[in-house]
Amino acid sequence: MSLEVKHLSKFYGQQKVLDDVSFVAEKGQVLGFLGPNGAGKSTTMKIATGFLLPDEGDVLINGISVLDKPKQVSKLIGYLPEHNPLYMDMYIKEFLTFIGGLYEMKGKAIKSRIDELIILCGLEVESHKKIHQLSKGFRQRVGLAKALIHDPEVIILDEPTAGLDPNQLVEIRKLIKNISADKTLILSTHIMQEVEAICEKVVIINKGKIVVSDLLQNLKSDKGKSILILETEEALDLNWFNDLGKAEFHNDRFTAVSIRTSDAVASRKILLQLIQEKSLSLISLQQKERNLESIFHQITHN
Amino acid sequence: MLSLYWKEVNAFFNNLSGYLILGVFLVSLGLVVWVFPETSVLDYGFADLEPLFIYTPYIFTFLIPAVTMKMIAEEKRSGTWEILMTSPVSIPKIILVKYLAALTLVVVALLPTLIYYFSVVQLGDPPGNIDHAGFFGSWIGLVFIGAVFASIGLFGSALTSHQIVAFIWGVFISFLMYFGLTALVQIQIMSPFALFLEEISLSFHYQSISRGVIDAQNVAYFLSVIIIMLGLTGLWIRRK
Repeated sequence: MSLEVKHLSKFYGQQKVLDDVSFVAEKGQVLGFLGPNGAGKSTTMKIATGFLLPDEGDVLINGISVLDKPKQVSKLIGYLPEHNPLYMDMYIKEFLTFIGGLYEMKGKAIKSRIDELIILCGLEVESHKKIHQLSKGFRQRVGLAKALIHDPEVIILDEPTAGLDPNQLVEIRKLIKNISADKTLILSTHIMQEVEAICEKVVIINKGKIVVSDLLQNLKSDKGKSILILETEEALDLNWFNDLGKAEFHNDRFTAVSIRTSDAVASRKILLQLIQEKSLSLISLQQKERNLESIFHQITHN
Repeated sequence: MLSLYWKEVNAFFNNLSGYLILGVFLVSLGLVVWVFPETSVLDYGFADLEPLFIYTPYIFTFLIPAVTMKMIAEEKRSGTWEILMTSPVSIPKIILVKYLAALTLVVVALLPTLIYYFSVVQLGDPPGNIDHAGFFGSWIGLVFIGAVFASIGLFGSALTSHQIVAFIWGVFISFLMYFGLTALVQIQIMSPFALFLEEISLSFHYQSISRGVIDAQNVAYFLSVIIIMLGLTGLWIRRK
């Protein structure tokens, strides 16, 4: 079971919000879908679930087109929309029974599945309440239970951890990790630690275009992307660092420079020599490995 | 399907505004039929429920859009529309089920008026002296009027994500279909189309069914208006 996004384009009026977006999510893999606000994450997910129609392109769920057979595909997808819409006047079990009914589940099957999900999503304590009485974290769990009720093969979660407290965050992540074992799971988020904690594959979208689509492992082990930050008492000249790699002032201070370099060890030596030659007074020299956050920042900045 | 139907019906009865709508409907009808001297059956002198059948369509133009205004607009506003649209239930089925739920509520609202029938049957001299066919023809006519207004109200609800706007659309289109078209007939300039306008207006077919003869032509008219309104609702939703 896989999800394949093929050359999606979408316009909102004149604005092109998706531009030839393609990527593939495989079974057993958690795909982190990242991007700044307004990059097109939710739009892509809404198209994948059949809620919006693309202007061009298609989404295939296990080879079945969302455009041709939206209702057949919708049975395979569990979807947690952004902002997690719920029927506030319903009790949790009533809501889940209603959703089960939409997916043509029958009385007993629904009941046992709901009991299962209430435990799985940690809703036991709150299970007698109406949804509007729940805190945001618990509503999020109800949304997650809603997405899982028909045991879908493909799970699409649009910012599942938005607005949760740190403890809930850890629990929900654990839950997502648990259910992802034999499913295809896509989640969008702004939180980079989250991606590093639970995703195997990362797709970054910026201004409607896919800019990165790779395994997290590959991205992180991408050598030659260390960053050295040198800070001195004196003002620095960017021309001194021309041989080392791309240099720029760090935090807009003339006394600090960050250098992106391919060989951190050699660069460090050269930097120390430079300090002696120019007789600079060193405040600090730090080395940063490129993490997802810096990759994200670099790619989606400007 | 069934689960969506019950959700709609329950949403109406689990809410105070549902009972308010029903209460207002029955109280105003009760006032018109039994209390207001102008229209009271008791003062009329004949065992006849004409006021019921004249004034109910007026009340319906407000009551039914109030019942249906939430059905789509509120789902859109709260975002739960996305839940329905991404479920395996197709758009035509969603509309049909919501419509059937609205129709159920209309019939539930009308059922207590059957008590009026039994009251008047008893009040007749001798008891039972009433035009039974006329009553039931009109009553079924009312159900049809309600059914048409419900489809119009649902269409209004699909036009917008604001309940009030949905309500206003529902009232306006219902009003136009029931009273407006007939009223236009009286304009001189419209005279070439008079017969046509008359024939597409709801009140014309309602009056014809009220005589106690349920004519296939009238039934076909009501059903086609319902189908057209529901079809428009579907088209409007799909357009997005």
